[in-house]
Amino acid sequence: MSESLMRTRLYQWHVDHGGRMVPFAGWEMPVQYTTGPIEEHHVTRRSAGLFDIDHMGQISLTGLDAERFLNRLVTWDITQMAEYEAHYALMCYETGGIVDDVFIYNLPDKWFVVVNADNLAKDYDWMMAHADGYEVTIKDVSVDTYMLALQGPRAIELLQHLTPANLAEMPRFTALEAEVDGIKTLIGRTGYTGEDGVELSFPAGKAHRLWERILAAGPETGIEVQPIGLAARDSLRFEPSFPLYGHEIGANITPLEANLGWACRFNTDFIGKAALLEQKEQGLTKKLIGFELTEKGVPRQGYPVANEQGQEMGEVVAGLYAPTVDKYCGHAFVPPEYAKPGTPLQIIIRNKPKQAVVVKRPFYKPAYRS
Amino acid sequence: MNVDPNAKYLESHEWSRKEGDLIVCGISDHAQESLSDVVFVELPEVGATFSKGDVFGVVESVKAASDLYMSMDGEIVEINEILEDEPELINSDPFGAAWLIKFKPSDPSQWDDLLTPDEYQEVAEAEE
Repeated sequence: MSESLMRTRLYQWHVDHGGRMVPFAGWEMPVQYTTGPIEEHHVTRRSAGLFDIDHMGQISLTGLDAERFLNRLVTWDITQMAEYEAHYALMCYETGGIVDDVFIYNLPDKWFVVVNADNLAKDYDWMMAHADGYEVTIKDVSVDTYMLALQGPRAIELLQHLTPANLAEMPRFTALEAEVDGIKTLIGRTGYTGEDGVELSFPAGKAHRLWERILAAGPETGIEVQPIGLAARDSLRFEPSFPLYGHEIGANITPLEANLGWACRFNTDFIGKAALLEQKEQGLTKKLIGFELTEKGVPRQGYPVANEQGQEMGEVVAGLYAPTVDKYCGHAFVPPEYAKPGTPLQIIIRNKPKQAVVVKRPFYKPAYRS
Repeated sequence: MNVDPNAKYLESHEWSRKEGDLIVCGISDHAQESLSDVVFVELPEVGATFSKGDVFGVVESVKAASDLYMSMDGEIVEINEILEDEPELINSDPFGAAWLIKFKPSDPSQWDDLLTPDEYQEVAEAEE
């Protein structure tokens, strides 16, 4: 690898605590710690897991036209977002293909946009390229802002130990600003695991202190918590069918194809809207499905998908052994006629067809969705 | 890292032990450690024949699929079917309960070509 990888401020901590470091999106990140990814997955589902997500990018938008500008760039109608509300959205190309998926926070003094590590530079450039005529200041604040995620059914209870804010009364997809262990923090009741929990943004210099403080609160409160690597982060996001850029979404995939129509509001005039409306009218040629193997094997990105007759007609974009649902399953794009749950498929694994069936997504229903 | 002193090894981390006139094979403790959580093992059919160096199966961990190589020429006489439901045994007992295959070697002299425990230890340590 010729390009040098970036390291988060917790790099040395990860190495010292058994983190196995791998390149990911230009960063050197822990793929797992000593207990292994399956146990990390289970700990997060049963109690709490702590994630270093500082590789993710953060962009702040300020200025008179910030709202109007952002509403032009993303598929969600952000003018409907209350102060301190957080929402998922997509940034699309004119073609309807996806630049990135983002999480937007409506804060009193700015719009705060969290983007994928791999896409930060591209997203920033995309925003800058469309800023003409708007009074908006676009600032990449990633270096100064640290981000951690604390996720799991006991995450709120654990964090409550460290903050005077009343977390129990915080609805899902809202944020508040409060001190956590005396550190001014933006707490979002958000996350990407299908569990309750928070994502914390705070001054980067406090990364080490807050990380260790949260882990120390585990034994103090009797709440099981441990650091979680990227492998478990992937299986945790996969089971509730949350998309990941480079897998379920990308420049050649539209929100409609990826089952993300729910994140689009056609009353606004976002970039890509015309293409999506046209696609709606003409019908889709491919669609994202969930499948599970009915015989054993591990489906992985890039494997061909065939119909019952063995004709290849689709491709796996994500696949794994899903620890909580205890099945070998995946996501694939197939022509819409094969998208109905119950449709038999074959996944071609190392040139051998394995039987599979289309199943309803998500594989795991998020715990906070009643 | 454990190295079974009664086994011989390939540089690709498969161990082989003599059991009567058969050879039993698995993957080493070092291999399971670097693979991390094993989630699936694909083993050959009983009766299949392979040459030394052939791929006889695949072990899949959370993040990767790795080929398994034959240590000698031979015919498969038994596979460890427990691993179909409990692939995680490879992590917990790589030299014991998680043996992969038993085969009848067609050229027993190939045993002498395998790495000794000491030689293998050096190979594995160099990777750590």
